Amino acid sequence: MASPQGDALELDGLVKRYGRTVAVDGLSLRAARGAVTALLGPNGAGKTTTIEICEGFRRADAGTVHVLGLDPVADARALKPRVGVMPQSGGVPGTARAGEFLRLVASFHTRPLDPGALLDRLGLAAHARTPFRRLSGGQQQRLSLAVAVVGRPELVFLDEPTTGLDPQARHATWELVEGLRAAGVSIVLTTHHMEEAERLADHVVIVDHGRVVAEGSPAELTGAERQLRFRARPGLGLEELLAALPPGTAAKESPAGHYLIEGEVSPELLATVTAWCASHGVMTEDLRIERRTLEDVFLELTGRELRS
Amino acid sequence: MTPAHETAHGTSRESTGHGALDLAPAPGAAPVPRMVLAQTGYELRTLLRNGEQLLLTLIIPVVLLTLFGATSLLDLGPGPRVDFLTPGILALAVMSTAFTGQAIGTGFERRYGVLKRLGATPLPRSGLIAAKTLTVVAVEVLQAAVICSVAAAMGWRPHGDPLSVLALVLLGTAAFSGFGLLMAGTLRAEATLAAANLVYILLLAVGGVVFPLDDLPAGIRDALQLLPISALAEGLRDVLRDGAALPGGPLLVLAVWTAAGLALAARFFRWE
Repeated sequence: MASPQGDALELDGLVKRYGRTVAVDGLSLRAARGAVTALLGPNGAGKTTTIEICEGFRRADAGTVHVLGLDPVADARALKPRVGVMPQSGGVPGTARAGEFLRLVASFHTRPLDPGALLDRLGLAAHARTPFRRLSGGQQQRLSLAVAVVGRPELVFLDEPTTGLDPQARHATWELVEGLRAAGVSIVLTTHHMEEAERLADHVVIVDHGRVVAEGSPAELTGAERQLRFRARPGLGLEELLAALPPGTAAKESPAGHYLIEGEVSPELLATVTAWCASHGVMTEDLRIERRTLEDVFLELTGRELRS
Repeated sequence: MTPAHETAHGTSRESTGHGALDLAPAPGAAPVPRMVLAQTGYELRTLLRNGEQLLLTLIIPVVLLTLFGATSLLDLGPGPRVDFLTPGILALAVMSTAFTGQAIGTGFERRYGVLKRLGATPLPRSGLIAAKTLTVVAVEVLQAAVICSVAAAMGWRPHGDPLSVLALVLLGTAAFSGFGLLMAGTLRAEATLAAANLVYILLLAVGGVVFPLDDLPAGIRDALQLLPISALAEGLRDVLRDGAALPGGPLLVLAVWTAAGLALAARFFRWE
């Protein structure tokens, strides 16, 4: 068993099959204590299955799971008060009033947050007496988040906490997650939103086909590599431009009139590109040098084909 | 009711005001009896706010009691009509709460992931089942109070041994709860809704609740007497109308249904 000082989450060689489908295929990861770890991946990548194994809802077919150093099934009794869970949707009876259900879950704990203050923090104070089914989708999500954290857990699992939220609600959720992290809570969340992962996560784990395909801090994943983009008239002779650039540089036009130069983007490279354009009478627009985004990395690793 | 923001939960001093939540981890599970009572109170409040549940558990039994008690629409055999009807209506009340209401309520909780979500809280599953049982018993006490008052106003004067009544009602509750939870924990919520209502109507019609089984052919009558609703209605009638103590046949039938229902529910109930 892992020491109490170990990571919040330690998964090794996790496998989960549903019939002939392999949902999780030898997944290993660590989530540090007091940090935000984001699981990023396309639909069907195995994120929710992984989280549900950590929550003790499902058992892995192979591999080991330690949550706060404990086994999520065998040590469920000890873990439940220490772990907060926000499922992807639902989980609250339609007829239950928001404040009533939150107070109920609060009463299962010894030192819960004040339910009224928590509703207030999430912009739900005016809806304390509203039945769950009459809340908007975004309000339901926020109540679900409140239910997950009201017991003052050490670790929270948030499965797509901001999917379907409007910008205000998304920011309220992000601020609460940042507040939890600042207070020393460990957070493991799944998301499709690159912006969310880049803003919140200390550690990003990209999952596809039930395996970890890359991980690191957002900065590590996007790397130091820069790229140069500009728009100009379509059909420039890129072969000729490339010949003027250092070896290892790539250039492409996609879609027509949008150019992308990848490689070591140095002051010399920039000067060469603009000089080449000047000598060919080409006026560039929207010329910019940027870092790769997490989305670029993600699409590169998981491909561009649509997932169900 | 106390406004939400005034509810005290032993939070730390600085977490009383706007935006000043102390989010630092401070986990801990409340004692199980406290959790069970909180869950029971919550379930009771939700039930008593639910119009369909009140229709099923209170209004239909009282309407049947007054309708058939005050008119001669049905031949209820010799003796005061209310003496025949009240035990049957009490049995119906037990079935409506322990079986129909519980099956439908729990079925939808399972469908909407409520059981799963509660499973992620410190409330143990046994505690949730205990809370549901306490809720059923509390509703039954309310039903019995209302039905007995209405019956008394119609001239009902029960006889018999309270312990026998208690034994019958508890066994009946356990038997119906077992099958209600079995249905809720195995079928889709819509199927549970349809099937639980259908069973309710069928057993109301053929279970000796509002008309006697005595006039039916012997073979059919003997078979129908093996139903849990008939055993409960007949047993209560034996005690409350005829003054019998611990009616063996009905108690045995109910005990068999209880054992079967609870065993099947324990074996096949799925939480999600």
